[in-house]
Amino acid sequence: MELSLAIGIGALTASGVWLILRPRTFQVIIGLSLLSYAVNLFIVAMGRVRTGAPVLIAKEIGDATKHADPLPQALVLTAIVIGFATTALFLVVLLASRGLARTDHVDGQEPEA
Amino acid sequence: MSGIANLVVAPIVLPLLAGAGMLLLNGERHRNIVAAVNVAGTVALVCVAVILLGMSDSDHPGIREVYHLGDWPAPFGIVLVLDRLSALMLLLTSILALASVVFSLARWHRKGAHFHPLFQFLLMGLNGAFLTGDLFNLFVFFELLLAASYGLLLHGSGLARVKAGLHYIVVNLVASLLFLIGVSLIYGVTGTLNMADLSARIPAIAAESRGLLEAGAGMLAVAFLLKAGMWPLCFWLPTAYAAASPPVASIFAIMTKVGVYIILRLSLLLFGEGSGASAGFGSDWLLWGGVATIAFGAIGTLASQDTARLGGFSVLVSSGTVLAATGTGQVSVTGGALFYLVSSTLGISAFFLLAELIERGREPGADVIAVTREAYGEDDGADDTGEEVGTAIVATMGLLGVAFIGCALVIAGLPPLSGFIAKFALLTAALRPSDMHPGGAVPGSGWALLLALLVSSFAALVALTRAGIRSFWASPDRTVPRVRLIEMAPIMFLLIICAAQTVLAGPVMRFMQATAQSLHAPAGYVNDVLEISVRGSRKVGGE
Repeated sequence: MELSLAIGIGALTASGVWLILRPRTFQVIIGLSLLSYAVNLFIVAMGRVRTGAPVLIAKEIGDATKHADPLPQALVLTAIVIGFATTALFLVVLLASRGLARTDHVDGQEPEA
Repeated sequence: MSGIANLVVAPIVLPLLAGAGMLLLNGERHRNIVAAVNVAGTVALVCVAVILLGMSDSDHPGIREVYHLGDWPAPFGIVLVLDRLSALMLLLTSILALASVVFSLARWHRKGAHFHPLFQFLLMGLNGAFLTGDLFNLFVFFELLLAASYGLLLHGSGLARVKAGLHYIVVNLVASLLFLIGVSLIYGVTGTLNMADLSARIPAIAAESRGLLEAGAGMLAVAFLLKAGMWPLCFWLPTAYAAASPPVASIFAIMTKVGVYIILRLSLLLFGEGSGASAGFGSDWLLWGGVATIAFGAIGTLASQDTARLGGFSVLVSSGTVLAATGTGQVSVTGGALFYLVSSTLGISAFFLLAELIERGREPGADVIAVTREAYGEDDGADDTGEEVGTAIVATMGLLGVAFIGCALVIAGLPPLSGFIAKFALLTAALRPSDMHPGGAVPGSGWALLLALLVSSFAALVALTRAGIRSFWASPDRTVPRVRLIEMAPIMFLLIICAAQTVLAGPVMRFMQATAQSLHAPAGYVNDVLEISVRGSRKVGGE
């Protein structure tokens, strides 16, 4: 379980980093999305990976270590929402750049070959 | 929690309400009302910040207001913490905001949609970042201020801004992801996100987890240093700042200081004295990175042709100086650095406003305006005439020249203005060994800081003199720019505050030293945040 999660995060991060370094704006935005998936999974993993653990319920706390940690889930939810909003915002700028510069290169002009 | 203590949350709620209210009004049709709301909101913010500054500066050592959002006790709920440093940053932000918004009223706020709401949301994010006592909440406020800054950077549109904006957004999104990784690593090791609680728990972290904790802190630091513009993470900064419209660049002068503020706060709170094996983590990086930033900024100021870019590189020098001073880890150096931070931010902010007025005269319809004209069709300078607000002032060139000299003195750190006192305080503190090295030789860090500061001051002086000669003496065919009172007043306002900081240097310096002392004694912060929470938990009780 841990291994497959770690490999998943690693693959997403690697592809994300590679795409971010590409010259086309569309590749960059896909790279950013992949990276944010990787980061979201990473946040969940930091709350310890556990299957089938119940959520915290006030009446039957008992041994707190048996429960799933609720905080990373709240964090991940916030991070997803914010990432979603900023990606949408970036998409608008990407389109504006495409319209004004008439190219989808990240520098707004084609490199002189 | 009663009465005046609720004021702590006002710097966040006030801009939120003002911004949201403005969005309800149709921006184009009610532009005057919206602008009035923005100015009124900003003035109110200045008043609140002054009151909060007064509250924070009481005789009781390290007293601070802790505001529990939702009234949950501290390690579990999110707290807002008001101490001297955050009150100081709030006041600085609101003063810069007032100057920028008044400046924008002359013409810039008409160059695009939603300038005023975005401006208020930016203020909300900035104030929140200065007040919050929780790492994840800090992330939220950071994203808020960044989202608003993306919009503001693009204000006025045009290819140059969109190009710079694209890079700015990508760089900051990547930094946010690093921020998240750092925060979650720290949470994974310590199990808390409350800054005071973190500071209390870090000394007890087991040795085998320490590497992970420091990796998380390092990730976090990269995210903040990117915002603060430390070399080599700063290449996006001069281009973005030069491309931004002048009122926006002027308020952006505080944005690098958010990064600097967080670095200052967290490095002293989490890795200050008494934090066990991790004490002093990263301070060498800060020192040498800061010195490298100063060097890069100094070379950049000499190399830049255009006045706005010169301002951008001065921002780098300014944040590099504060970072390097933080890295020395001495109380009195930190005090001087805070004085410098205020003075240089005011000076650079005024400089960004002034740069546009000067450029405007150099060639009719200067490049910045040409950019916007392009976006609005080919009507040659049609938006230049008639529409401006306010009265034209006489002796324009003389006033511009005086303002330019004022900015140059503050930025280069020459007497008689506050820049000189700031650098003097920094250098005497760095060279006085009594602080950490009793009786011994001056530490190497002191010499490095001295050299970097003096060389960068000299470079700034040369570059600014050259820019001044070019724009005031060496262009006989220039037309006198049409400058409105409403554009000149904010610049004068900022410079007068610099002058006041010089005249009142004694009390201001005492405040800065008190701030530095409480920053270097994190136990006070931790106790106040967590102790008050004990009382709070009794109140919440029955849960």
